[in-house]
Amino acid sequence: MRKLRENPLLLSAVIAIVALVASFWLLNHPRSTLPFLLTLGALLAALLQPIPRWLKVLIGGAILLLVIPAAGFKNSFLFELGIQTGIYAAMALGLNVVVGLAGLLDLGYAAFFAVGAYTWAIFGSPQANEFMPWKIFPLPGEYFYLFMLVAVVVAAITGVVIGSPALRLKGDYLAIVTLGLGEVVRVLANNLDQPINITNGPQGITPIQRPPIDWFIALLDRFGLHLSRAEAYPLFFYLLVLVIIGIVTLVNVRLDRSRFGRAWIAIREDETAARAMGIPLFPTKLIAFATGASFSGAMGALFAAKQLYVSPESFTLIQSIMILVMVILGGMGSIPGAILGAATVTILNVDLLKSASDYLNDLRNAGFVLDLGFFKYNFANLPNQLEPAKYERMVFGLIMILMMIYRPEGIIPERRHVLEMKKEEA
Amino acid sequence: MLEILIQLLPSVLLEGLILGFVYAMIALGYTMVYGVLELINFAHSEIFMAGAVAGAETFILLKGAIANPFLLLALAILIGGAVAAIVAILVERLAYRPLRKRGTTNRLVPLITAIGVSFFLQDLVRLIEGLWHNAFYRRYPSFAVFEATYNLPNWIGVLTIALTVWLGFWVLAYFGDWLIRLFAKKPRATGRTLSLVAAGLTLVFLFLYRHVVFADLGMTIQMKSILVIVVSLAMLYGLNWLVHKTKLGIAIRAVAQDAQTASLMGIDPDVIVSRTFLIGGFLGGVAGVLFGLLYTLVHPYVGFIPGIKAFTAAVLGGIGNITGAAVGGLVLGMLEMLGGTYLTFLTNGAMGTEYKDILAFMILIFILLFRPQGIIGQQLGEKV
Repeated sequence: MRKLRENPLLLSAVIAIVALVASFWLLNHPRSTLPFLLTLGALLAALLQPIPRWLKVLIGGAILLLVIPAAGFKNSFLFELGIQTGIYAAMALGLNVVVGLAGLLDLGYAAFFAVGAYTWAIFGSPQANEFMPWKIFPLPGEYFYLFMLVAVVVAAITGVVIGSPALRLKGDYLAIVTLGLGEVVRVLANNLDQPINITNGPQGITPIQRPPIDWFIALLDRFGLHLSRAEAYPLFFYLLVLVIIGIVTLVNVRLDRSRFGRAWIAIREDETAARAMGIPLFPTKLIAFATGASFSGAMGALFAAKQLYVSPESFTLIQSIMILVMVILGGMGSIPGAILGAATVTILNVDLLKSASDYLNDLRNAGFVLDLGFFKYNFANLPNQLEPAKYERMVFGLIMILMMIYRPEGIIPERRHVLEMKKEEA
Repeated sequence: MLEILIQLLPSVLLEGLILGFVYAMIALGYTMVYGVLELINFAHSEIFMAGAVAGAETFILLKGAIANPFLLLALAILIGGAVAAIVAILVERLAYRPLRKRGTTNRLVPLITAIGVSFFLQDLVRLIEGLWHNAFYRRYPSFAVFEATYNLPNWIGVLTIALTVWLGFWVLAYFGDWLIRLFAKKPRATGRTLSLVAAGLTLVFLFLYRHVVFADLGMTIQMKSILVIVVSLAMLYGLNWLVHKTKLGIAIRAVAQDAQTASLMGIDPDVIVSRTFLIGGFLGGVAGVLFGLLYTLVHPYVGFIPGIKAFTAAVLGGIGNITGAAVGGLVLGMLEMLGGTYLTFLTNGAMGTEYKDILAFMILIFILLFRPQGIIGQQLGEKV
């Protein structure tokens, strides 16, 4: 392994070959999980290992723009997975600003996601006619892009409103208050169907307009790809998410290295010292909170358009915890870590746990008998409560506990931490 | 309208008081752990839940064997408390102690661990229950003796109304005095004057509404509610004795004040922390059984809302303060019942019972912002 690391040429060759093999495997078996994971592993290795930049771009671009879409046409679930990963990655990056950089534990992050989603859901569906005097709703799909910006603003304002009381509190209290306020937003979404019907209560809102993609279909036609509307939408959203991830990552990197980024980290490391250095605590924290919220709001609007349907069920505490787990797993404060964490947790949650459930179900239905000679077990007797997909809380809880005990800095620790460690050793 | 509100008042307050006792017992677990470790033990709501589920299992398993419901309840309380205490000790040993030993300086690390433990325990109980019964909702059996209702004498209701109204007028008088002082130069009214003014107004009020107040208020109480009050009072009294009169209690208080100095006096902080989790866990477990007795349905996710309310109660009373936790629990229970009933009533059902959970959060935020030391409790400086 060490030899590999020291020889960049060999490393590049190995990664390129693995990426190539994995891609072909995935294209031939778009429905199996293993080649998909291998492809992602190759992508990750290419992005994180010290190989030439042009090779990184080549492998990354080929896998993200060619291999996964091509496999996605055979198995549209891959698009779904990609879009969800992207949405969660953007949110994890947003929460990373709050938890990772500024060190503020926010347990109500899904509230901003809800605010963003409802912003487009209400005006992009006939719902707004219920309480608005003009009967012009749903707004046409073109407005979606405008409303992504509106969602950013509304979520940021919500962040300021929630943050103003919450951020005056110290660490531990902040966590429980944000948890409470997150629940408040969900309860409001659930109950604001009376006296005025704003959110349509527990039934949720549907159908929600999507951005029109005639131009996109026409564009693909030119390249010889003839897709129906139903086929083109997943591809469109997939590409849109990729673009957004790119923008969000760029914003994050710039923020990380800005005056604000350094102020946030100073607050995280020692509040009293930061204050002594002239950093205004409350406004700086509030900006972190609002920034994180605005990322979540934008993704909420996208989620509403993709899903065609929103309901309070999608914005529970477990959502907030899931995004937190992504940040913790990847490494608090680390941008590649947040993306990796989001990908891992989403794939685990959406794909692996469900596959495991299906597998166990198949074994049970087939009455499979495991015979090890000394041990015999008939899978028909397997209790049907044993469904890995329903135990996401246990999985998330375990990840949190184990990471905190054994590797609190995360899988890909923040660069500053690494540099600090090295300095201490020297 | 006002007549109905007045008539409802004593019953609502009584119900709130009963709920408040359950909150108080959970809040004690939060507050004791916070006292010794300065850690919000998020997992405490799941320790409470473990007690509730263990109590349900005891009831269901032993229902056939033991005919006397009171004996059954005593057993359920013991087993529920014991199970919860064991869970609490295990959580401390397996999740929190490794962090303490490593000596992490990051405040978020123990907090995140606590949240992780909380989620892990929810699904662990679900898994165990699911494998055992193929279902994870458990119901407490009902006994005729426990469900029996008794009428309360009318004077209790009258007294409750009088006291509540007096309290309301006292607050009004306080703000009235403040308003007068804004415009006129006069010394601040003493507490005695305010009390007398409030008492006078109360008498007028009672006279004006005599047809409501002195009519039959129809206050009833169920046997199980009486049991909840009795058991909670016994537990709170026992805890008070334990903390103030025994060596263990002195050691706990010493560690809460200054762990390092305590260890110089021959106290092992690790042992004391473990004992604190045991006591807090036991109380939480008993609260779980009482909760189950009151509301019958328990499941692995039942702990979340009472847990957060009890935390609010602990903060309301002043976190780290044992008396405060008890007082906070009772106050929160009553406020919540009042808010829950009257909000629905006043808005014609437009704002349903779900809003009463919001009420608890609002109280939490207000207390944290304006009186972070709680009702009882002194202001502490920030440790640097």
